[in-house]
Amino acid sequence: MYWQELVSRLWSGFSVTLELLAWSLLFATIVGTLLAAMRVSPVPPLRAFGSSYVTLLRNTPLVVVFIIVVFGFPQLGILRGQYFWLAVVALSSYTASFVCEVVRSGINTIHAGQIEAARSLGMTFGQALRLVVLPQAFRAAIPPLASVYIALTKNTSVASAFGVVEATYQLTRLNKDFPGTLIYNFCGIAAGYIVIVFVISAVAARFERRVGVAR
Amino acid sequence: MSAVLFDVPGPKARVRHRIYTVVGLAGLAAVLAWVLWTLWQKEQITPDKWTAFGNPRILGALVQGMGVTLVTAAAAIALAVAYGAVFAFGRLSDHAILRVPSVAIVEFFRAVPLVLLILFIFLGIGNVIGTFWSLVLGLTLYNGSVLAEIFRAGILAVPRGQSEAGYALGMRKYQVMTEILSPQAVRAMLPAIISQCIVALKDTALGYIIAAPGVTRIGQLIFINPLYRNPLAVGIVIAAFFIVVNYALSKLAEWVEARMRRRGTTPLPARAANIPDESALT
Repeated sequence: MYWQELVSRLWSGFSVTLELLAWSLLFATIVGTLLAAMRVSPVPPLRAFGSSYVTLLRNTPLVVVFIIVVFGFPQLGILRGQYFWLAVVALSSYTASFVCEVVRSGINTIHAGQIEAARSLGMTFGQALRLVVLPQAFRAAIPPLASVYIALTKNTSVASAFGVVEATYQLTRLNKDFPGTLIYNFCGIAAGYIVIVFVISAVAARFERRVGVAR
Repeated sequence: MSAVLFDVPGPKARVRHRIYTVVGLAGLAAVLAWVLWTLWQKEQITPDKWTAFGNPRILGALVQGMGVTLVTAAAAIALAVAYGAVFAFGRLSDHAILRVPSVAIVEFFRAVPLVLLILFIFLGIGNVIGTFWSLVLGLTLYNGSVLAEIFRAGILAVPRGQSEAGYALGMRKYQVMTEILSPQAVRAMLPAIISQCIVALKDTALGYIIAAPGVTRIGQLIFINPLYRNPLAVGIVIAAFFIVVNYALSKLAEWVEARMRRRGTTPLPARAANIPDESALT
């Protein structure tokens, strides 16, 4: 009885966690890359915007970002009552700052000759970035990007305190419904996260072997 | 480096950049205006959302909460350094009976979400040790495990000639570790340790989840008060506190690193201010 219930709740919990992870990962990567492009662009206000975004978001605890987004935004009429999407907004705006830093350091690893070659072919800043710099930057950024995604996986658990019924939320609920099973619940949920983390690092390692830069 | 990304602008490009600058500024101004307008329309910058911060009692509680948060972070870091040192030595041990459990424990606590860990501790023994120590214990286990890896990397980064010289003098492994490798490693690890302090300080905010004392708890008490109902304002004030402290800490880490470079010690890469840990599973 208990074991069946444990498995079914882990299943439903982790499907929400994975959904949360997938959307946040997508948005964080897009926004983070745009921010990185801003930070290396020749236009001063965009550069200033990029670097202040990163400084502000990276130094704010995720819980505080969640408080502002989940409780503050609905007061502005944004996404009222949609806790899942509010959590996605909080997670991806926080993670975007880390993605930005990783992509930017990926850009910094690219040999100056590559960029000079692109420029001497007459490419504009946008073309050079899109066709020459970013593809190589992502290749160099695979391992640190994987650790950002792993941190994101673990960070999705913060959503449990902000109205999203995901895997970590099940710990409190299972403990209430089945007293005395805390250790099994904890181990089950922890194992789920470890599996996700393991898959991400395995995929990253495979990807790196395929396209990674030989260093 | 980013200077290589575009040519030194000529007269035409300078005009174009100036146009982009103006357009960019106008865009940012428009966004800012829209934000302010929305805030105004939804009555978020009206005085009643902010009066809470004029009340000396609330202000006092908030400052006290900040103090508690700093104490929590300091306690967690102090304990984590001790824990990290023990497990780093455990992992570098020649005896499998010490090494294997150390590796397992360190890897486990790094892979498990801190929220889950803190909740587990709180639900398990929270009624014995209270919320404060539940939070500190969770932070210690996680940050200590990360620090154990930093310490290990630092000790392995000391040139091999150093330990060889120690052994040649007839020192035991224990002596080589404590008298030769550790003192050199600690200096190289200082920036990385300060960066980890930033992570620990940010994570103290997780105390919110178990209602542990601290600035986020005080903030929650303010914004759930029907008199104020101002999560946005409270969030901004708390965020400002963390940003100021963390920014100062990251500047300190940079300064220490630069100072070490000048003095000829190669610092361990400072894991660029709280880029999250690379789990060894990676």
